[in-house]
Amino acid sequence: MTGEAIVFYLLAAVTLGAGVVVVTSGNIVHSAAALVPAFLGVTGLYILLNAEFVAGIQVLIYAGAITVLILFAIMLTEGGTGLGGRQRNEQAAVGAAVAAAMAALLIVVAVRTGWPAGSGTLPPYTPGAIGQSFLGQNILVFEGTSIVLLVSLMGAIMIARRED
Amino acid sequence: MDWLWDVLRALVGTIIIFSAVAFIAVMFGVLLERKISAWMQSRLGPKHVGPQGLLQTVADTIKLLQKENIVPNRADRLIFASAVVVVPLAALLDYVVIPFGVTRSGPLIFRDLNIGVLYFAATSSLVVIGILMAGWGSNNKYALLGGLRSAAQMVTYEIPIGLALVTVALMAGSLSTVTIVNGQARLWYIVAQPVAFLIFLIAAIAEVNRVPFDLVEAESELVAGYFSEYSGMRFALFQLGEYGEMFAMAAMAVTLFLGGWRGPVLPPVLWFVIKLYALIFVFMWVRWTYPRFRIDQMLNFSWKILIPVSVLNLVVTAFFVVVAHR
Repeated sequence: MTGEAIVFYLLAAVTLGAGVVVVTSGNIVHSAAALVPAFLGVTGLYILLNAEFVAGIQVLIYAGAITVLILFAIMLTEGGTGLGGRQRNEQAAVGAAVAAAMAALLIVVAVRTGWPAGSGTLPPYTPGAIGQSFLGQNILVFEGTSIVLLVSLMGAIMIARRED
Repeated sequence: MDWLWDVLRALVGTIIIFSAVAFIAVMFGVLLERKISAWMQSRLGPKHVGPQGLLQTVADTIKLLQKENIVPNRADRLIFASAVVVVPLAALLDYVVIPFGVTRSGPLIFRDLNIGVLYFAATSSLVVIGILMAGWGSNNKYALLGGLRSAAQMVTYEIPIGLALVTVALMAGSLSTVTIVNGQARLWYIVAQPVAFLIFLIAAIAEVNRVPFDLVEAESELVAGYFSEYSGMRFALFQLGEYGEMFAMAAMAVTLFLGGWRGPVLPPVLWFVIKLYALIFVFMWVRWTYPRFRIDQMLNFSWKILIPVSVLNLVVTAFFVVVAHR
């Protein structure tokens, strides 16, 4: 086994282990906190793939902002404890079945696809290339995403404003 | 055995960063804080331990090391204990991309990442998770309120910091901190970007929870905020995180706006240290001069003034950079 493979399995174990805690923990704050190692494990995988820019964004957005917002939302509700609500309802079995079917489908797709191996070497400085592709080739997707974000932002403001 | 060498280097680097931050930033920083506050209030400050009270914080640290670790009765032990690790760790990670000086064999930096500035923003945003965990895990209403305020404050002030970082990156044409310092060979960016510098400085003070933005640990309202329940070495580790983060922010401001290690005659590392401590003095000067904001004033200030101004600054800078490149 190469060093790369060892690191990959270590990172995968961290990500999956934290993911299991997220799903199974009875305490919602523990679930939210366990998201951090899960996201950082994925960050490690990005670094392993030489995608440093994506790794940085992953830490900034997911570990640094999304987790904070989730924790923030938990603490603002239920008197700040987050311990009142049940973590699971009577539909746990159905949920598990759907998740298993989805996982099976994804695994089949991933195994059957002949992933084309890219040729050539990676540019030493990727952020510039990523920016070019956002504002060039993929501009439609980029602008579409920004409209979705704008609409959700306005929706959030409307909902928050209605009360007063 | 290349990877073994890398792992060894990382370990040695961690030990160096930790001890340097613990001794230079935290112990000396706390002493400086006490001496400067005393000077501003016409007192003498610590005077008895060592020459001119120089060893006061060393004595304090030894005292804290010996103290009992108290965990509140109904605290969440796991979260309570792990929060202590997150805060200093996030602060220490910042130092990887800061260039302290330059030698003949290249710049003095742990790793010149090509996403340096982005990395700094990412790691400094992790501190707030530790603060939220500490506030919630203590099972104390003051700690929880402190944690909540901290989340609101840090999420708000991360945006102007990020925009200021982007403005400088635009000027330098790179996210690497070394390239940014090299870009200031002729002119420091504080001259070209005074607005971005001011925004960064204000938002940095808010990010490290210092007066006038210390709502998170406002003594008169929240005891000590999120770390009210911590004692002994755990308390000391939070202090390490706070002062470490403050020195990291000042070091980043030096790198981005004050030309980093650049300066005439004196050796580069010395120039870096001089600029760093000058900024630290400004932080302390502000702390002991201004009263505290209210939480709504503070959030309004960021959303209604800092963010629009920094967006405008970014657009104007982008325009001039494009024109200059034509």
